[in-house]
Amino acid sequence: MRVRPTGPILPPSNIQGNALIVVIAIMAFLACLTLGAVSMVRATAAGWQSQISREITIQIKPAEGLDMDRALQQAKDLALGFVGTKDGTIMDDGATARLLEPWLGTGLNLEDLPIPRLVIITIDEQNPPDFAAMRDLLALELPQAFLDDHRTWVDRLISMASTTVMIGTGVLVLVFIAMVLTVVFATRGVISGNRHIVEVLHFVGAESSFVAREFQKHFLKISLKGSAAGSAVAAVLFALLGVWQANSRATPESDQATALFGTFSLGFGGYLGILTTMIIIALLTTLTARITVMRTIDEIDLIRSDPAKSDGLPAS
Amino acid sequence: MTFDIPKRSFQFLTGPSGAGKTTLLRLLFMSLQPTRGLIRMFGRDLSQIPRGELPMLRRRVGIVFQDFRLLDHLTTYENVALPLRVRGKEEGTYRNDVIELLKWVGLGERINVLPAVLSGGEKQRAAIARALIDRPEILLADEPTGNVDPPMAQRLLNLFLELNRLGTAVVIATHDLGLMDKIDARRMILTEGRLDIYE
Repeated sequence: MRVRPTGPILPPSNIQGNALIVVIAIMAFLACLTLGAVSMVRATAAGWQSQISREITIQIKPAEGLDMDRALQQAKDLALGFVGTKDGTIMDDGATARLLEPWLGTGLNLEDLPIPRLVIITIDEQNPPDFAAMRDLLALELPQAFLDDHRTWVDRLISMASTTVMIGTGVLVLVFIAMVLTVVFATRGVISGNRHIVEVLHFVGAESSFVAREFQKHFLKISLKGSAAGSAVAAVLFALLGVWQANSRATPESDQATALFGTFSLGFGGYLGILTTMIIIALLTTLTARITVMRTIDEIDLIRSDPAKSDGLPAS
Repeated sequence: MTFDIPKRSFQFLTGPSGAGKTTLLRLLFMSLQPTRGLIRMFGRDLSQIPRGELPMLRRRVGIVFQDFRLLDHLTTYENVALPLRVRGKEEGTYRNDVIELLKWVGLGERINVLPAVLSGGEKQRAAIARALIDRPEILLADEPTGNVDPPMAQRLLNLFLELNRLGTAVVIATHDLGLMDKIDARRMILTEGRLDIYE
């Protein structure tokens, strides 16, 4: 007599199990999406901050008898004499005109207007120069020069970036809490639907650890399937958006998206985060399954000490 | 009430509906703890046994539930083999024993069938086979003939008698007088909290 290969003690798939896979997949997708978005916002904010703090500007106001070109060169040389400066660029007439074009229109003759001129100095972010000393020296040597170290903008951006990251992290925490609760309740729901299996196993002499192990194995498979699917979809979505952005660079749509969201590039850390989220969901589901099964067995055993609870065997 | 179930004995537990037959069986099966009195099983006071040891004691008791309690996704073979599987035994060590037992209870042709397509009598026999597979010292059966016709009831009774001859103590809870009249066995009659025993 041939016997079919022994099947698992828990049914490999049923409606509740499939629904749980979908719930886990959706929650994993949302969690990974939020994680990716927060990581993008953080990177973009750091980028803004870094770009603006990498440069300082020396502004020279025109004055009677001032040789502007010489003053610009002098300011550049003075600044580059400090440790921590890397490079200096004098904004030429053409660049200055382009800068003023939105307000003053095209065909501007700078000679006719008392327009301040700029020297842009690139600095070493890790080892910035002594701004106070530079400011003092400029005031002494070139009273028309004004040093702008962008501190006001950097401070504003830092505060805006930290607020944005804080809000993003808050949303991430909320999504994670929602995910944890959803996964926990969905898992408990499925186990409650399989309570008869726990009871039968218990009554045929299975030890609690055996029953818990069987359920853990089963729910680990379910949660890995669900969370892998959700996380993979999120990762692919980010990858596709990144490809789209790279291919449509310099188009108005892409520029707008870049300005709003930054680049859709998660980097190794982002994908590692997605993988970690997937593992957390799988472990969480498995742990919930174990705790719920142990609690169910406790309940079955507790009926022994409380005759008022007489469910289990039907009364004669 | 005071009673004992001697080794290798055969008895019916009877009484009107609601008398407490199932409750008494549950107490004997350790799925209900007594609030008063003393139940000793295998030489131990059941109320004093730590929870962790209960599965080991339950393995010495076979129980047949009135509603069978077969797992729907497992075949007859897998349901009957379940007690051995949960004890961690390798399938190769018990496959032939399970098939032999299934043939003995008349389910040799239904080995790979799921419970959904078994008749009431077949389910009952599968539940009995599951209770017997690890050769329990005592078998508790709750209304085992409640869902079958008289010829099948007779067949099941023969099965219990055969099992008893092999050394298992048998307690059958039933209110089927016709079944009890078929053999001369000890009767325990439960009425209004009192147990009368007729040897």
